[in-house]
Formats: sequence, structure tokens, C-alpha cells
Amino acid sequence: MCLPGLLIGVPLLAALLVFCIRSGGARNFITIIAAVATMALSVATAATYLGQPAFISLPGEMPSTVIMAVDIIVALAIFYYTMVKFKRCWIGLLELLQLAMILWFEHGAGHGIKVAADLAIDNFAVIMVLIAGIIGSLIAIFSNGYMEEFQKEHPDVEDRRPFFFFVIFLFLSAMFGLVLSNNLLFMYTFWEITSFCSFLLIGYTQTEEAINNSFKALWMNLLGGVAFAAAIVWLGMQYQTVELSALLKLGQGAKPVEMIVALLAFCGFTKAAMMPFSGWLLGAMVAPTPTSALLHSSTMVKAGVFLIIKLCPLLGANHAGMMTMFVGGITFFFASCAAISQSDGKRVLAYSTISNLGLIVLCAGIGSYAAAWTAVMLVIFHAISKSLMFLSVGTAEQQLESRNIESFDGMFCALPNLAKCMIVGICGMFLAPFGMLISKWAAMKSVADAGNPVLLLLLAFGSATTLFYWTKWLGKIAAYVPAEENREPGIHGVQWLALKTLSALTILSCVAFPLLSRYGVTPYVSAIYNTTADVISRSNLLIMSVMAVLIVLLPLGFSAGQKQKMVVTNLAGENTGDNLSYRGVAGQTVQVSLRNWYLEDWFGETKMQRYGFGLSLLCMILAFAMMGGGVFHV
Amino acid sequence: MSDMVCNIVSGIVYLILAPVIGGLLAGIDRKISARMQRRVGPPIMQPFYDFFKLRDKQPVAVNKAQRFYIRGFLLFAILSGFFFFAHGDLLLVIFTLTIASVCFVIAAYASNSPYSQVGAERELAQTMAYEPMMLLVALGFYLHCGTFDAKEIVQSPAMNFIYMPGIFIGLCYILLIKFRKSPFDLSMSHEVHQELIQGALTEISGPTLAMIELAHWYENVLLLGFVYLFFTWAPAWSPVLGIAMCAFTYFSDILVDNCCSRVKWEHMLSSAWVVTLAAGFANVAFLMYMR
Repeated sequence: MCLPGLLIGVPLLAALLVFCIRSGGARNFITIIAAVATMALSVATAATYLGQPAFISLPGEMPSTVIMAVDIIVALAIFYYTMVKFKRCWIGLLELLQLAMILWFEHGAGHGIKVAADLAIDNFAVIMVLIAGIIGSLIAIFSNGYMEEFQKEHPDVEDRRPFFFFVIFLFLSAMFGLVLSNNLLFMYTFWEITSFCSFLLIGYTQTEEAINNSFKALWMNLLGGVAFAAAIVWLGMQYQTVELSALLKLGQGAKPVEMIVALLAFCGFTKAAMMPFSGWLLGAMVAPTPTSALLHSSTMVKAGVFLIIKLCPLLGANHAGMMTMFVGGITFFFASCAAISQSDGKRVLAYSTISNLGLIVLCAGIGSYAAAWTAVMLVIFHAISKSLMFLSVGTAEQQLESRNIESFDGMFCALPNLAKCMIVGICGMFLAPFGMLISKWAAMKSVADAGNPVLLLLLAFGSATTLFYWTKWLGKIAAYVPAEENREPGIHGVQWLALKTLSALTILSCVAFPLLSRYGVTPYVSAIYNTTADVISRSNLLIMSVMAVLIVLLPLGFSAGQKQKMVVTNLAGENTGDNLSYRGVAGQTVQVSLRNWYLEDWFGETKMQRYGFGLSLLCMILAFAMMGGGVFHV
Repeated sequence: MSDMVCNIVSGIVYLILAPVIGGLLAGIDRKISARMQRRVGPPIMQPFYDFFKLRDKQPVAVNKAQRFYIRGFLLFAILSGFFFFAHGDLLLVIFTLTIASVCFVIAAYASNSPYSQVGAERELAQTMAYEPMMLLVALGFYLHCGTFDAKEIVQSPAMNFIYMPGIFIGLCYILLIKFRKSPFDLSMSHEVHQELIQGALTEISGPTLAMIELAHWYENVLLLGFVYLFFTWAPAWSPVLGIAMCAFTYFSDILVDNCCSRVKWEHMLSSAWVVTLAAGFANVAFLMYMR
């Protein structure tokens, strides 16, 4: 009982402290203490609740009054930003609409509803707590060093670090609340807080672009919020409950809850940046790197898929499920295509996030036992490797003064350790036997079992395009370009701490994959589906683990073998001797510069967005139209 | 238990025999190609002579990393074949083969030389071109036989080819890419006349190059194993048909190789994807409908 309270309370307290205390040294100290405490708390929560799901009811009127007060405070803050400060009233109207719905519901029909369990701590919630707690805290620690550098490099950006850390910790606190809530009204409140926090984080630098992008994130997420509020009202009015677990029971008992599920799934789409709502996540890159890392890996977008995965048993071969799997599949394929044409490291990461989220949503939409297992697995692996990737790219950006992948030439020589972290991250993202690919394997199986050839096709082609853009990047890092100096001393100690911990976690999670499945994911999925089965047979899991160990150990034999004679590369036969330049026809020295393929004509961003947006929007409209027809005519 | 021992034994048989068969196939390939071009051609054992000669050369490299990646290529190529012949899971085989090609591409990138990088990028485009079809092959078997297990697939009650002709056509198409045959030998080729300074192999020589040859032999035998799966079912004589069809497929690829000149990567990618869509997808949709 007291652990969930602490989990939400400690980051909140830290948020208030860093906001009030303006001294830099004290802030660094508090951040690190709070991050470590949060991490410890999340591990303690895992130790207590893993395998022992608990439903907790909060007594009295107090909690719901507090929650409503928070709703109103968040709404007021949003009104301030949208209507007073930046004059974008129509975004404020979205907030007004949902607030009105929630307040009307709370004072009318919702007032008498008895809630049996406000909080639900099952294995999935524990996994999410661990992800947010460990990765989120590591990102907070990383930010300490990063933001110091950031402010030095951008003297024109106002130093609002107290505010920055305030929002980061508030975000973590809300994230914990969100994943632990069973009462949808609670979840809605935390949902709104995360939307609002992401708005604040994206707008950190207050440049025009940042402000525009932050409002883009805000309106898209508020649109999701409207759907959320509508779902709550609908559920409450029709079935006299506001509990997620009750909704699952209703649905499994063959009650018509499709529309409610679809509304919640839609809400999840906005937060998980499914096409056509992917724009806000791409825009989020204007913020300092820790923000993107936080939004992309452990928190924000994971909240979106969290909700959809929770709904998993109700999805499948119905309108809501079809909509979910197709939106996911389309996003997976088109986002991975768009990633090919990008050279900006962070944009590639953003598209890869969107594409991976699409895969997760696709699995959740299929709604079978195996698919649910896969979706949760993907969430774990994606969170770890993606945060590692973001932090590595952020660090590389600071050292190389560019985040263009083309300028990562020779990273292997100039930033050897960072390059290794990045290689671990990239391998974690797509290469067997690392997690993502095992999950893709299970995903293919589930899709084949679901009997949908189009989805299978999206999956097969999406895998190929994913392979292309990651390998291309990997090749760029691996390219052996002699560097003039080692730039690594410029990297802050806490940054190394975060990077190395995450690299270790990535490897660990791949090697310990069977354990993760056995003690973490399988119990949760079996509990909601009332069956147990091995999605991937034990022997295959074991083979994969052994292969992961093999890949990790291989570099030990890096220089084993016969001594090799070193020669220069073939540059039209006229290498000047340093592999960096050659003698041209007129005897002049020409620098070698190599550029990757981007296949702009094939996979141009605008083109992919046009198709992706159009198709997923079409899916949503069709699904809602069909359901609307069904609901109102029957 | 005896099953497992049996599997491991057949895996080990692959480890020993595959390079012999792969090398012989390469020799036969050169002989047939030569005859098609009205040349005498080298002796059939020539690939082995080449291999041993390369292996005994002085190791020369442009950087230390290269050999490491090539070793990875060889290791994973062997491993994927081992999984296949030890009756492992088809998807696992394909994924492991993918790691092998990624290692190869990275090795080409690592040298940071222009020709090598062109080869690497082309190789990558090739991977992107054939990957969807490879996955559809595995998924097709899964849909038809209900398992990814190669051992059960070869025991199926009827010839798999009858239900999966489209997938077989798709496989044959991408085998041209995988065997590095014209018109799709973009990243590297044994034909000197259409090569851009040996593409992905530009910076690789001596023992390292020998490792690549060896890996290809292993890989080719594995790929023919996929063909075998289509034509082998319950009757005891069907393995003969399977092997005959492997030989036929290989011969046809040599024929195509000698009839075509290299195409641009755009053509390769679009045609491979179109074939995947038309033949593979239609077949998969049919199999799903049948289930």
C-alpha cells in the first residue's frame, strides 16, 4: 500500500524541491538522490509485487477529490498557456471540452459509482514501473551532465534548468500513477499530466519552432484526452463502472463495449504517435536530448501502448481490434520506410520509435495470447535500447557538433567507447538474437495465426526496411576512419554512468531473455488469458540466449589470429597514404568523403507520410463509422 | 533424446559436407558457365585450389576490424545452416542468416573505401530486396504445415510445392540474388567484366577472402536446402526428387546468369518486391484461406 504512494510521492517531492531550490550544486545533489531513490523504490515495488498482483482500493472521498482538483489545476495551466500566453484558443477548447465532460460526469452519473479497486499492480504494471523507474531515473541523472553542457553550448537559451528538472520528475511521478491506476478517472488525470509535461518539455528552448512543436504535441494529445474522457463517460453511464479491470470483464463476458475500447485505443494512438499523429513525436526532437529520450523510450509513448496492451483481450477480430492492428501495421511499415530517407540521427530514431510502436500496437491489436506476450516484450526491449540510442546520439551530438549520421564518420576512432555503446544499442534494436528480433519472430507467428495476409506483408516488408536503415547506420559507425584526436574526455562522468548502465542492461536483457519471459511477462499474460503456453519454445529461447552470449563474447577475440600486414585502401590506386585523400588526375590532392544511400525517390518522407497518414486515417474512419452504425442502429 | 542426437549428428554432417558440396557446386558452376561460353573452363576442383592458395597467402588488411566482421559472417553463415540441418526453426535460420549478411555488409563498410562502400550499399539493397520473400517462405511453410520445424515439414502428407508454387517462384527469384548471379550480382561478382573493382570485396584479400568463399559455400548449400523442402514429403523416394530439383534450380540459375547482364539496383529492388507481392503474397493469402 505504501509503496505505490511513495513511488508517486518521491518524484513529486523531488520535483518541488528542484523547483524551489535554485542553487545548481544542490539541484545536482537532489536530482541524483531522487533518481537513486526512485530507482530503488521501483525495484522494491517489483520485489514486492512481481508475481503477486494486488488490487488496492483507496478509502474515503479524499482521493477522488484530490484527483478532481488536479484535473482542474492541469486544465487551468493549459488554459493559461493556450489562451493567455500564446493565444491558441482552439487548443484550449479541446481541454475545455474534456474537462466539462469529466466534471459533469463526476457530479452527476459518476458520483454514486462504487470503485472496487483504484490501483491495480499486476506484472505488466510492475514492468512499466521498472522501465520508468530505472530508465527514467538514468535519464534524469544523464540530464545533469547534459544540461550543463547544453546551457554552455546554447548561451542564447534561457537557463531554466530548475523548471526542466521539475517537469522531468513530475513526469516520472505521473507516469507511475498512470501505470498503477485501475480507476480510469485516476488514469485520465495522470494521462493529462503527462500530456502537459511533454508540452512543457518540448517547448523548453522557447524558440519559435519549439513553441510550435510543443503545441502540436499538446493538441494531438488533448484530442486523445477527449476520446479518453468520452470513453469514461460512456462506460460510466452504460455500465456503472469506471474501472479498467471491470471493462475487461465486461468485454470478455461478451458485452458490447467495442466503442469504448475503440475510443481508448484511439486515445492510445495519439500518445503512442501512431500515424497520422506521428508528427508530435518528430517535432519533439527540438527539445534537449534527455527530453526525447524520456518521451521516446520509457514514458510518454509507452503510456500510449500501455493502455492499448491493457485492452489486448478485448481486441482481435472486431472493429476495434481491426482498427488497432491496421493502424499499427501501417505505421510500422511506412515509418520504417521514412527512416531510410533520413540522415539526421535523431529523426531516424524518431521514425524507428514510431515504427516500433506500430509493431507493438499491431501485436496488441491482434489480441491473442502470443501477441500480447510479444507486445509486452517489445515494450521492454524498445525502452532499453531506444533510451541508450538517444543518449548516445545526444552525447555524440555534443562532441561532434552535429547529429547528422554522415558526420559520425570515424566515430569508431574518435569516440571509441561511445561508438561501442551505440553499436550495442543498434544491435539491440534490430539484430537477432537480441530482443527486438525475437519479438518480431513472435509477432510474425501471431500475425500468421491471426490469418491476415496484408498484415503479414506489412510485417515482412517492414522488417526488410528496418534492416536497411539500421545496418546503414551501423556501417557508418563501423567505418574505420583514422581520427586526429580522441574526443571522449569531453563527456561528463554522469553521462558515462547512464550510457554504460544502459548498455549493460541491453545486453543483460538479451541474455536473460528466457527469465524475463518466465517470471515477468508470462505470468501476466497467462493471468489475463487464463492459459499458459510457450510462445517461443524453451529450446529456441535457450539457443537465442546462447547466441546473445556468443555475440557479446565475440569481440574478445577481436585481434586473435595471424598478424596482418596493414596496407592503405584502394582509392583509384592513388592513395596518399592516410586513407583520407588521394591524388587526382592533375596531381592535386582530393579528400575522400563517403555518403550513404538515402533512396529519397523511393522512401521520401513526404511520400511515406502521405500514404501512411491517409491509410491509417482511413482505417480509423472506417472502423468508427462501422461501429457507429452498429451502435446506433441496433 | 535420440531425436536430439540425430539432429545434432545431421547438423555435424552439414558442417563437414557443406563446404565440399558448396565447393564442388562452385566448380561445376564455372565449368558449365565456361561451356555455355564455348570455353574449356577450369577443372571442377579449381575452387578448392583457389581456396587453399588464398588461405596460404600473407594476411594483408586495411584495418583490424575487417577480419573480425568476416569471421562473424562465416560463423553465422555456418550456424544458420547448422540450425537448418539440425532441424531447427526456419525463422531462426533466416534470422541467423540475416546476422551473417549484416556482418558481411559491415565488413565492407568498415574499410571506408569508396568501392567497398558502394558494394556494401548494394549488398544492403540486395538484402532489403530478398528479405521479405525469405520471411514469406518461412511463413508459407508455417501456414501450410503448421510448423517452422524443418523436420516436420519434410514429413508432410503431400508435396509442399503443390500448395506453394507462388512462394517457390518467389524463392527462385531471390535465389538469383542470394547466389550472386546476374542480373542481380550487384555487390560482388565472379565475372570480371561487369565488376566495379570487386565491389564489397575490394579491400579483402588472402585468408580473409578465403573465409568469405567458405561462407558462401555453406550459405549456398543452406539455400538449396530451402528448395529441397518444397519437394520432399512423406514417401521414401521423395528426397531424390528434392535433390534433383535442387540441381535443376542451380542449373537454371547458372543459365540465367549467362543470359543476362547486370541490372540497376532500382530494377532489382522493384522487381524482387513485385515478385514477392505477386507470387508470394497471393500464395500466402491462399494458404491463409485454406487454413
